[in-house]
Amino acid sequence: MKDFPFLSILTLLPLVGAVVVACIPRAKAELAKLVALIWSLVVLALSIVMWVAFTVDSQDRFQFHESYSWIPAWGANFTFAADGIALVMLMLVAVLFPVVILASWHDVDSSRRSAPTYFALLLAFEFTMIGVFAAADIFLFYVFFEIMLIPMYFIIGSFGSGQKQYAAVKFFLYSLVGGLFMLASVVGLWVVGGHTFDFEALVKAGGSINTDTARWLFLGFFVAFAIKAPFFPFHTWLPDSGGAAPAGAAALLVGVMDKVGTFGILRYCLPLFPEASRWFAPAALVLAVIGIIYAALLAVGQNDLKRLVSYTSIAHFGFIGIGIFAFTTQGGTGSVLYMVNHGLATGLLFIVVGMFVARRGSALVSDFGGAGKLVPVLAGVLFFAGLASLALPGTAPFVSEFLVLIGTFSTHKPYAVIATAGIVLAAAYVLWMIQRTTQGTLNPALDAVPAMRKDLTLREKVVVAPLIVLLLVLGFYPKPVTDVINPAVQATLQDVGTQDPTPTVADGKAGR
Amino acid sequence: MGELKLPPIDYGALAPMLILFGVACLGVLVEVFVPRRSRNAVQLVLALLGVAAALTVLVINRNTRIVTIGGAVAIDGPTVFLQGSILVLGAVSLFLIGERSVEAGGAFVAQAAVLVGSDKDSRQSAGQPGLTEVYPLAAFALGGMLLFVAANDLLTMFVALEVFSLPLYLLCALARRRRLLSQEAALKYFLLGSYASAFFLFGIALLYGYAGGVQLSVIHQAAANPQRSQLLLYGGLGLVAIGLLFKSALAPFHIWTPDVYQGAPTPITAFMAACTKVAAFGALLRVLYVAFEGVRWDFQPVLGTVAALTMLVGAILAVTQTDMKRLLAYSSVANAGYLMVGVLALNPDGLSSTMFYLVAYGFSVLAAFAIVTLVRDSDGEATHLSRWAGIGRKSPLLAGVFTFILLAFAGIPLTSGFTAKFAVFGAAVAGGQTWLVIFGVVTSMLIAFPYLRVVVLMWLSEPGETTPAVSIPGFLTSAALGLGVIVTVALGVVPAPLIDLTREASQFVR
Repeated sequence: MKDFPFLSILTLLPLVGAVVVACIPRAKAELAKLVALIWSLVVLALSIVMWVAFTVDSQDRFQFHESYSWIPAWGANFTFAADGIALVMLMLVAVLFPVVILASWHDVDSSRRSAPTYFALLLAFEFTMIGVFAAADIFLFYVFFEIMLIPMYFIIGSFGSGQKQYAAVKFFLYSLVGGLFMLASVVGLWVVGGHTFDFEALVKAGGSINTDTARWLFLGFFVAFAIKAPFFPFHTWLPDSGGAAPAGAAALLVGVMDKVGTFGILRYCLPLFPEASRWFAPAALVLAVIGIIYAALLAVGQNDLKRLVSYTSIAHFGFIGIGIFAFTTQGGTGSVLYMVNHGLATGLLFIVVGMFVARRGSALVSDFGGAGKLVPVLAGVLFFAGLASLALPGTAPFVSEFLVLIGTFSTHKPYAVIATAGIVLAAAYVLWMIQRTTQGTLNPALDAVPAMRKDLTLREKVVVAPLIVLLLVLGFYPKPVTDVINPAVQATLQDVGTQDPTPTVADGKAGR
Repeated sequence: MGELKLPPIDYGALAPMLILFGVACLGVLVEVFVPRRSRNAVQLVLALLGVAAALTVLVINRNTRIVTIGGAVAIDGPTVFLQGSILVLGAVSLFLIGERSVEAGGAFVAQAAVLVGSDKDSRQSAGQPGLTEVYPLAAFALGGMLLFVAANDLLTMFVALEVFSLPLYLLCALARRRRLLSQEAALKYFLLGSYASAFFLFGIALLYGYAGGVQLSVIHQAAANPQRSQLLLYGGLGLVAIGLLFKSALAPFHIWTPDVYQGAPTPITAFMAACTKVAAFGALLRVLYVAFEGVRWDFQPVLGTVAALTMLVGAILAVTQTDMKRLLAYSSVANAGYLMVGVLALNPDGLSSTMFYLVAYGFSVLAAFAIVTLVRDSDGEATHLSRWAGIGRKSPLLAGVFTFILLAFAGIPLTSGFTAKFAVFGAAVAGGQTWLVIFGVVTSMLIAFPYLRVVVLMWLSEPGETTPAVSIPGFLTSAALGLGVIVTVALGVVPAPLIDLTREASQFVR
């Protein structure tokens, strides 16, 4: 079972699917959608098999190792391997794509653009997402890191709404700028690391890099990942892209693509440049905390639903950031779990918001009001998604947010305390948004829109159900996921060379 | 006085050049003896056969490592590789030059001497068959380029420079449409090129005074001796470098590039962007690596500044362009800067990565200009950027191909643009030129913007009323375009074979 080339097949499968779907003529749009859906379900099935085959208590941090020669002269290989962190991210990708494909079923029908192209782009995007998480060769990682821009660029630019061209170009240029900084660092690392791209070999060589060089190299990687995540002050592209992208694609944008940033920091920045990571940690923590508060405040003030959700997402990435740079097992595990839960919760939120926007024909909060009276079930789902997003106990994000905060509190009390204020603000932006859209007196203009009278269809129920179930199950029983994450996080922290603080007993002397 | 002795000549090693010069002379005879109707076909086949024959001989003699005709010509790894690249890129350029179906009569003027704007001129532009002298001219240019990268002494190099430059000046003036622009381009290119040649020649004189010889190996030995006049050495090196930097279109000697690229017939622009670049950088590599390797610490910072300036100028000015050919011209200036980053690594990797970059860029740029020839209206090519709006709706395949080429120029992975950039940057970091790599990365960000703007224009803008139709490419253009794209993909996905080839070839003989 373990010898089965899971990762390479998992990576290539959506690419083949994208080609197949792209070849379907435009007139047969329904067929294209069906093929895309089935294809993504096959990917999901294969991922589940891989999840089962993953050995939790293994000595091997990286499993499903595969390597094929690519450019021998440079030491670049097609190397795939997954640790617990990568595994849960792959699972998240595999779960979200079929959901989003189903949710986007009618997104393209009304536009003059071709539906097969849209679904082919979604599958192509899945290919790059799986590749970026499965790669264990830095050259290969970089390749996926860059080419993921192209399908998303065309999704936003061709199928988006509002200022889509501006948003698409801004998205592309921001990411490309980050990517090119990383390219400089990749080249530098390749030269000082002995002309190899193999992740594990470079981690071993990492200790011998000169301190100053390592800090510069760290910075190149970090800027790329901070733009991708995004962390304050590199975040301005996300509200534009999230606001302009079709709702399903926006769910993928913040649900999985942005995770590449935080995943990259955990997987590459920390183990490759341990000393630099510790050196830069205070700065990163400050940025993360600013992001939590600043983005939450901006979210409160938004009148555009999709932009609002984008800002909440920036605030959440602040939490993930402090969890990573707290350098504790709880914080690290919490961060990875947060990535998964945030993908599910914000993905759900974006999809539900998309359903509202599709019915109303507008994303402005002020165009709604009292919608719960017309579409009670849909409003209920929005309420649930909102509560999950503000990390209400009983939903999955609570577990991760709590882990992040206690993990941070044990080493960096002030940051944890300030970040806690973000929870209050989260309640404010979510509840106020729900109040203004679904509660209160019915907006007469809303009543006049016939589509607003249709509650959830069967297709939409099928879309939201798995996410709701997952959010509840992981809220009460996160152990299967944390068990997978924990060893990988511990190994990462070992690479960084930090240890968890020993628990202290409150004995009256504490705090002096 | 002793008897004059002929130096030994290895005709096998010189055969590719001799074949091309022979074919060029034959082409002149064809002009005289073959009737006008069949002249184009005969000339094209003759030129292509000549290139193929030269390439065959080159491949057969690929392991030759020799300095021949009294030290004038060195046949070594880089020579063979660069000559091969020039021949292959030249053959693809000949496809574009030979295209006659996209525009009635082809891209070239029917009679160059006809007065612009006269009745005769409107008759010729309406579809009289174009000049066929372009083939022998192109063959002479190709032969000169082959000699240029093989020249082992500065005088031979100068002769080769003139041999390939003069036909190019002429070719630039032969556009069928917008003839004033074309003639202006040719005149500018000729005047500035002559200045550059004069500088080059004066530099040779100074170096002769310094070293007592013009052979690269003699200069190398002389440079090892600090007793000699450093003024002559640096003066000579500087002036010779100006001549080479001019041909390579490096700032501040790049100012001719946008005008000439815009005015010249597009197939000739493609030819210059691909082949001249290989030839110029081939010679630059040889001069710097063979003759001046010993004083690298003195010229590295100066030429490094030139490279940084070139990348900046190319990237920034590309942003402001509104004409597709000028945009591609500034893009080629920026790419010359990246090539220079590879050259300045001054290690074997620098040599091999620069050669890799030359081939990768050559094919991409040929494909790019092949597409430019296809977007046209009744007045010829529609090169203004605004005319490209919404092309993606009308001809998605062509717009898709062009998008791919632009992404390659922007250095997105899985294209040759990325592997090539990675190769030169890697070599430069290993060669201690990290600051140039930083410049390269920053300018790559800048220049991504104009490329992206074109992509946006093609796909995301609504087609305007003036959006021209896209011509259906003839067989020759399709072949050139297809080859360009295939190579751009192949070198992006499986670059290993060519990298290995450039590495095996990265050893100069002295």
